[in-house]
Amino acid sequence: MTNYKYIGKSAARVDGIAKISGAARFVDDLDFGPNLLFAAIVESSVAHAIIEKIDASEAEKMVGVVKVVTGKDFPYRFGLYMHDRYILAQDRVRFVGEQVAAVIARDPKTAKKAAKLVDVKYKELSPILNIEEALKEKSVLIHPELKDYTHVPWFFPKANTNVAHLRKVRKGDTNKAFQEADFVFEDTYTVPRYAHCAIEVHGAIGLFDHSGRLTVWTASQSPHTQRHLFAEALAPLGLSHKDVRVITPYVGGGFGGKAGVSMEILGAALATAVKGNPVKILWSRAQEFYNTYQRQGLTAKIKLSCKKDGTITAIQNNLFWDAGAYVEYGANVVNAAGLSATGPYRIPNIEINSYCIYTNLPPGGPYRGFGYSEFLFGLESQINEAAKKIKMDPVEFRKKNAIRSGDKLSYGASMNQSGLAEAIEKAAEAIEWGKDEKSNDPQKAIGKGFSLFWKAPAMPPNASSTAFLKFNEDASLNILVSGMEIGQGYQTVMAQIAAEVLTVPPEKIRIENPDTDRNPYEWQTVASHVTWGCGNAVKRAAEDAREQIFDLIERALDKDRDSLFLKDEMVMSKKEPGFKLPLKNFVIAGIGKDDGTFRGGPIVGRGMFMPEFASALSDPETSQGGKPNVHYTVGASAIKIEIDKETGKIKIPKVVLAVDVGKALNPDLIKGQVTGGLLQGIATVLYEDMRFDEKGKLLNPNFADYKIPTAMDIPDEIVSILVEVPQPDGPFGARGVGEHTMIPAAPIIANAVEDALGIRIKSMPITAEKIVLELKKQGLFEQTKEEYIDNK
Amino acid sequence: MKKKITFLLNSETRSIEVESGDILLDVLRDKLGIKTPKIGCDMGDCGSCTVMLDGKTVKSCLVLALEVEGQEVTTLEGLMKDGMTPLQQTFHDFNSFQCGFCTPGMVLSATELINKNPKPNRKEIQEALSGNLCRCTGYIPIIEAVEDLIGKGKGEGKEKG
Ligand code: FES
Ligand code: FES
Repeated sequence: MTNYKYIGKSAARVDGIAKISGAARFVDDLDFGPNLLFAAIVESSVAHAIIEKIDASEAEKMVGVVKVVTGKDFPYRFGLYMHDRYILAQDRVRFVGEQVAAVIARDPKTAKKAAKLVDVKYKELSPILNIEEALKEKSVLIHPELKDYTHVPWFFPKANTNVAHLRKVRKGDTNKAFQEADFVFEDTYTVPRYAHCAIEVHGAIGLFDHSGRLTVWTASQSPHTQRHLFAEALAPLGLSHKDVRVITPYVGGGFGGKAGVSMEILGAALATAVKGNPVKILWSRAQEFYNTYQRQGLTAKIKLSCKKDGTITAIQNNLFWDAGAYVEYGANVVNAAGLSATGPYRIPNIEINSYCIYTNLPPGGPYRGFGYSEFLFGLESQINEAAKKIKMDPVEFRKKNAIRSGDKLSYGASMNQSGLAEAIEKAAEAIEWGKDEKSNDPQKAIGKGFSLFWKAPAMPPNASSTAFLKFNEDASLNILVSGMEIGQGYQTVMAQIAAEVLTVPPEKIRIENPDTDRNPYEWQTVASHVTWGCGNAVKRAAEDAREQIFDLIERALDKDRDSLFLKDEMVMSKKEPGFKLPLKNFVIAGIGKDDGTFRGGPIVGRGMFMPEFASALSDPETSQGGKPNVHYTVGASAIKIEIDKETGKIKIPKVVLAVDVGKALNPDLIKGQVTGGLLQGIATVLYEDMRFDEKGKLLNPNFADYKIPTAMDIPDEIVSILVEVPQPDGPFGARGVGEHTMIPAAPIIANAVEDALGIRIKSMPITAEKIVLELKKQGLFEQTKEEYIDNK
Repeated sequence: MKKKITFLLNSETRSIEVESGDILLDVLRDKLGIKTPKIGCDMGDCGSCTVMLDGKTVKSCLVLALEVEGQEVTTLEGLMKDGMTPLQQTFHDFNSFQCGFCTPGMVLSATELINKNPKPNRKEIQEALSGNLCRCTGYIPIIEAVEDLIGKGKGEGKEKG
């Protein structure tokens, strides 16, 4: 094993003092002076309608109102993977809460009051609030112009339907396999919509000055992608990319919700309507719920076959995604899930259809896990059922079928090397799998659940990262990158990577939040890819600086280049043990010669990374041929739960997550991801749930009615196990892990409930109420009650 | 209707004109430039706007500015007068934060707890922090930091280098 000084150590976070001291500034903390204007949104009150008339005359008369703008002012379509969204609604509205008009005023109160005075006349269309309705032959079309929309080449919209994209995967012959199989299992699983609930809401401040420069401050995971989308959407106003500048201070939590562009486009567009004045738009908690992105709902129909010996022979997985009113980002969730819906299993015969379906519910989009949590609930529940029915231990069954390095993936490419077997072993051991445990309290049942998980970054094949690295006079460093510190510890890890290469300690490295004018390109901080992608870029930038240093020493001091190395912030030579030149002596000043001249000058490193081997092109009917995913991070998770048979309430004494991180660059930060991600996942299983009324209005857009975990709701013990089978193209062997920690939460709990009570819950969330109802349905409730009474 | 209020803000006497309906959180942030209390929900549900009123934590989005007349308001800025407190240092050592948005409120709630109850047990710590939502950390590193500070911890998370 290589001996690293900074890599693999739980170095203190470089953003720590800023955050603990309160010095960290978030977008709403920035000051813009007395000229700052505020915008309030006129929202659609109906889920589906034609806009007949907008009358803003009353609002415009109010003192303090500067301007009212409507869709007519911005007749442009935009979006990340498909241009199906509008800055403000055009002739139609497609969900309750959609932005129809904006009132810009001198203060927020006036803006809000005036927005209420804007009168919008609608001609209502029948709202389509579920996938069954959307897929009916004669269903109303939510996007009649779907066939004209611009989209990435790997999407396949179905014209004149509500299917915005269909990802098909075909391998082998599933029909034959099902016929020949010893066992076939078929079932349907459903997952509702969920909200990210970052504690910081979305906000944007736009300023379009009289020189034609547009600056937008946003709370974002994607500054460069935002710049690109703003420039693209507003190009008709004569803007080019160089004129658009996005500045992103610290972000108060993302979880995918602040990826791409959602409400921030309003900040950009409204600024162009009030030239010379900054204008601010800040979402309320309610808007945060219904008008950013939501995690999409899923209905999964799974058919799985296996032989008597437990070998899985085929899978058919039909995934129907309730993708909402606009799918410019969400369709790629559907795509990614479709490509990987076999889970981490070697299955010879595959048929997957992943349908992206428009509905008149709020837009779906990226959410930590990017579709994998959703399909894994059904898949891993089904795997457990299969194991049980053929009387095989569920962990043994998984071991037997788990994918191995070099196996062919569903789309034909090869599986990367991974420590999946080791993760299974260690997770099983940590939860004491196989050890029968009974509660002393007869009212309580103990159950254990197990699940594998995997996920690949879903990104365009040319998603890239760049880094600039600047030395200062004292050999401290400023590194410019455009990844976002959203809490995961990205900046710390980037500092550790540069530190390892240049021997400058992380405390001497500063990594600032992005400003697209100054910081070089980064695609987005999503997909758990920045440690890998941007980490590679930073490593290359550091190596570039190191090579420049060696070049200079060779040229100015006539040293043998091949013998040079860096140690403790000095250049040394293997040939000349006495040679020790501190970096600070020359990284800015250069190296002085006897004649008073200097050689060299400021050292600036540059690094870039793009996965040049990836390709999204494949046969649309089978998905065979491409290499859409750069690699998978895999693992296994297990849980022990205790259910109160009377109330259905679940307690979690222990939960384990073993994940192959390639190389743990900072183990403590990964542990943080495991703890936070698991709790976020567990909440989606036990109580979080979005409820809509029969007209498509979200009923619980607040923390009182949409409960997220508090400090009272934590498991008694969380065990994180880090397996390290290196990723050959990762920085020091690392791969991403941020999302993976929440992905297996649903199946481990569902399987543990089944283990404890013998009931299989097939719809999330698995609430106490649902458990009791299911027990009652099966006549088990009375039985347990009697047992209970007997025992008393 | 405008009214003048006088109160102690982070141990300094401040006088300011406010409207009768003005909310303390907005006055602190927009009129006085005190930015550590954050807006997370504006409805009393998240705790990111937590400040201390005469040593007791309150959700400043639920307090009228007029109500603080003659009282003492302490925010993280005030707590930091002589640098980071031992509690903050422990939060730092334990990575008791990720995005940091909930941190000012969390630090104030934890500070209030140990001021009132120097040796809380785990349950009491959980209860004291249950009004402050954190979506990132899963709370465990926060609870463990408090436990370490009061000498009940396992001694993990120290001395990062
Ligand atoms: S902003 Fe005050 S409790 Fe959420
Ligand atoms: S650290 Fe992000 S909300 Fe607590």
